[in-house]
Amino acid sequence: MKFGVVVFPGTWSDRDCGWVIDQVLGAELIYLWHKDTDLKECDCVILPGGFAYGDYLRTGAIARFAPIMELVGEFADRGGLVWGICNGFQVLCEAGLLPGALIRNASLEFRCEWTNLLVERTDLPFTARCNERDVLRVPIAHGEGSYFADPATLSRLEQRGQVVFRYCDTDGRVVPNANPNGSLHNIAGIINARGNVLGMMPHPERCSEAELGGTDGLKLFRSVAENALKVLVS
Amino acid sequence: MIAHIIVTPKPVVNDPQGVTVRQGLASLGFREVLDVRVGKYIELSLDISSEHEARERVEEMCRQLLANHVIEDFRFEVIRNGRR
Repeated sequence: MKFGVVVFPGTWSDRDCGWVIDQVLGAELIYLWHKDTDLKECDCVILPGGFAYGDYLRTGAIARFAPIMELVGEFADRGGLVWGICNGFQVLCEAGLLPGALIRNASLEFRCEWTNLLVERTDLPFTARCNERDVLRVPIAHGEGSYFADPATLSRLEQRGQVVFRYCDTDGRVVPNANPNGSLHNIAGIINARGNVLGMMPHPERCSEAELGGTDGLKLFRSVAENALKVLVS
Repeated sequence: MIAHIIVTPKPVVNDPQGVTVRQGLASLGFREVLDVRVGKYIELSLDISSEHEARERVEEMCRQLLANHVIEDFRFEVIRNGRR
């Protein structure tokens, strides 16, 4: 099983993801440059956090036109696993691979802090290691992570169970106080209808070793490592 | 041709920047300001001589890149030689 971590100019979390994959998980890792025209046979593509292309115009707006993104789109269409974290989530929304958009935090502040996430789907390759309604402790670091979608899209997401992670308190209660950025319905992460493209604002790669204050993020990396080869890619 | 494009957050989208600017204006004494929406202004110089064609192209640019239809509205004007 091979992870591919995409690097755009301005990406900052690529090495953090790479460290977890390579050093903590012991899985195969390859970095994919934004100009690459080959996904190098990886089984899961990660779009990591950062400020791809300086987030000029809007977060993720320019990154979606990078040569690698055409391949990522085709890979997703064939059923391949694509995982956008923070800026990667923003890129996936801009690229139309996930619905909605991420806008300025309601507080206007860049929020860098621990959050609690209620896991609402455990049948996905990304979350198979979690238990139903687990609460994961995962940090965020973003200024534009407030999830927005029009009411029709939002109700479709809810009806189809596409909300994977929701900001909650330590007891798993989804309350306004636990929402760090003003996201609608406390949404922290969503999956596409097919179940192979995940976008999330919090950073699992920054809580995958006890030395960093928590290991909940490793559950997600392990889930992918154990399930990626079971996913049918046409 | 020159295109002047204004991109604004959709009315249904929260604009915390606008709210903060309104509070700033109020604290300066401009209490008549009921609402503020902060958007962006984009100016393009175009190598196109037909106004009709320029409009079509700019519309397409806004749809494909300059505005995100999920959260933003756009409007623009096209000006020839500095005159409309």
